[in-house]
Amino acid sequence: MMTNHGSRLTQGQFSFLPDLTDEQILAQIGYALANEWAVNVEYTDDPHPRNTYWEMYGQPLFDLQDPAAILMQINACRRTFPDQYIRVNAFDSTRGWETSRMSYLVNRPAREPGFRLARQEVDGRQIRYRISSYATDKPERERY
Amino acid sequence: MSTLATPTVDLQGLLREADVQPVLDQLDIELIGLAPVKQRIHEIAALLVVTRARKTLGLEASTPSLHMSFTGNPGTGKTTVAQRMADILHRLGYARKGHLVSVTRDDLVGQYIGHTAPKTREVLKRAMGGVLFIDEAYYLYRPENERDYGQEAIEILLQVMENHRDDLVVILAGYKNRMETFFRSNPGLASRIAHHIDFPDYSADELLAISGLMLTRMNYRFDAAAVATMREYIEHRLAQQHFANARSIRNALDRARLRQANRLLLMPGAIDADALMRIAAEDLRASRVFRGGRTESSNQTILAGPPPRTND
Repeated sequence: MMTNHGSRLTQGQFSFLPDLTDEQILAQIGYALANEWAVNVEYTDDPHPRNTYWEMYGQPLFDLQDPAAILMQINACRRTFPDQYIRVNAFDSTRGWETSRMSYLVNRPAREPGFRLARQEVDGRQIRYRISSYATDKPERERY
Repeated sequence: MSTLATPTVDLQGLLREADVQPVLDQLDIELIGLAPVKQRIHEIAALLVVTRARKTLGLEASTPSLHMSFTGNPGTGKTTVAQRMADILHRLGYARKGHLVSVTRDDLVGQYIGHTAPKTREVLKRAMGGVLFIDEAYYLYRPENERDYGQEAIEILLQVMENHRDDLVVILAGYKNRMETFFRSNPGLASRIAHHIDFPDYSADELLAISGLMLTRMNYRFDAAAVATMREYIEHRLAQQHFANARSIRNALDRARLRQANRLLLMPGAIDADALMRIAAEDLRASRVFRGGRTESSNQTILAGPPPRTND
């Protein structure tokens, strides 16, 4: 049985939709900036859902007024890592929130092999599940 | 001939809609003199309105390049006009946010290899959607040191000025002759700047009007004798060294306020609002400008190098 045809990674917002166009990304960033959230750009080649901390591309983008500046950063990141996952986060520093308010993918590899599900029988016939991306079988930098 | 009515646009309507006329009027009222500068700003505003009108009729053209250079002596209003310019561009829909980011060499150029590019890019990102004002831009280029990182900043600046023309407007400002040398040694930069605006020095009459305007804004006023004294002061000051136009006038007024406060404290009895507002002739008369300005300029003449930005 295959539940995710095409093995598209579904993490963060909008991930069940077709990929966002640059115009849509600009609008989303504009929304984050209007709320005074700090935006940053991150990339990774290990898409495991529990891989929370991706690598930040460049410096965090504080004190910006205009989404075009962040799109410039995204495009620079796409040029450097064309075959990795890239996401945009928006961090809300308001007391009580102090967390990411937005997170969405803006770039994905051309071919996404998906995840392997492994089952392990342990004490009392209990089953433990383990998932890992097929891509991560290969060393870093050779994955996609 | 076609019977269809030719589509038309109402330019005046577009101008009203952009709500730009109040800013232009304010510019006329609040900025004294500077006729060539105002003329140029009106032309740029007209160009943007026409560009917009053309767009509504489907006459697409590339967005006009609006990078500018402001040259003029200190205190001629370059920064003030840049601020207004950001506002006008925003109202005309050319700049999306219309904020002004004012920087100098220190904000753009790094201290070691690899430091400059991220620093310059960060400033450029901050200015996107608005206006980047680079004061004393000629310091970016130091011909005497060929390994100076300023050149790197200029290259990044050029790249962004060309590729992100819709995203930001760059204004370079500085003294006229030094800017000319700067542009001569960086032809790429000069060719990407469409508008070279020269800020003329103010005449004595204009300076007097400026001083009146400044006082009104600070809720002060000259009395009748003080106006005459101020005119005399300006004439003396013009003849002396390191005159920084409106900035010198502001400094003179700040010192006059100091003396006025001192005078009021020494006065016996209660004081009304009028006395608190009034700058008297004696407050101005005490200035050392009337004594030839000797005490301070004796030092300054020894110091060689770039002209000080202000000194009085």
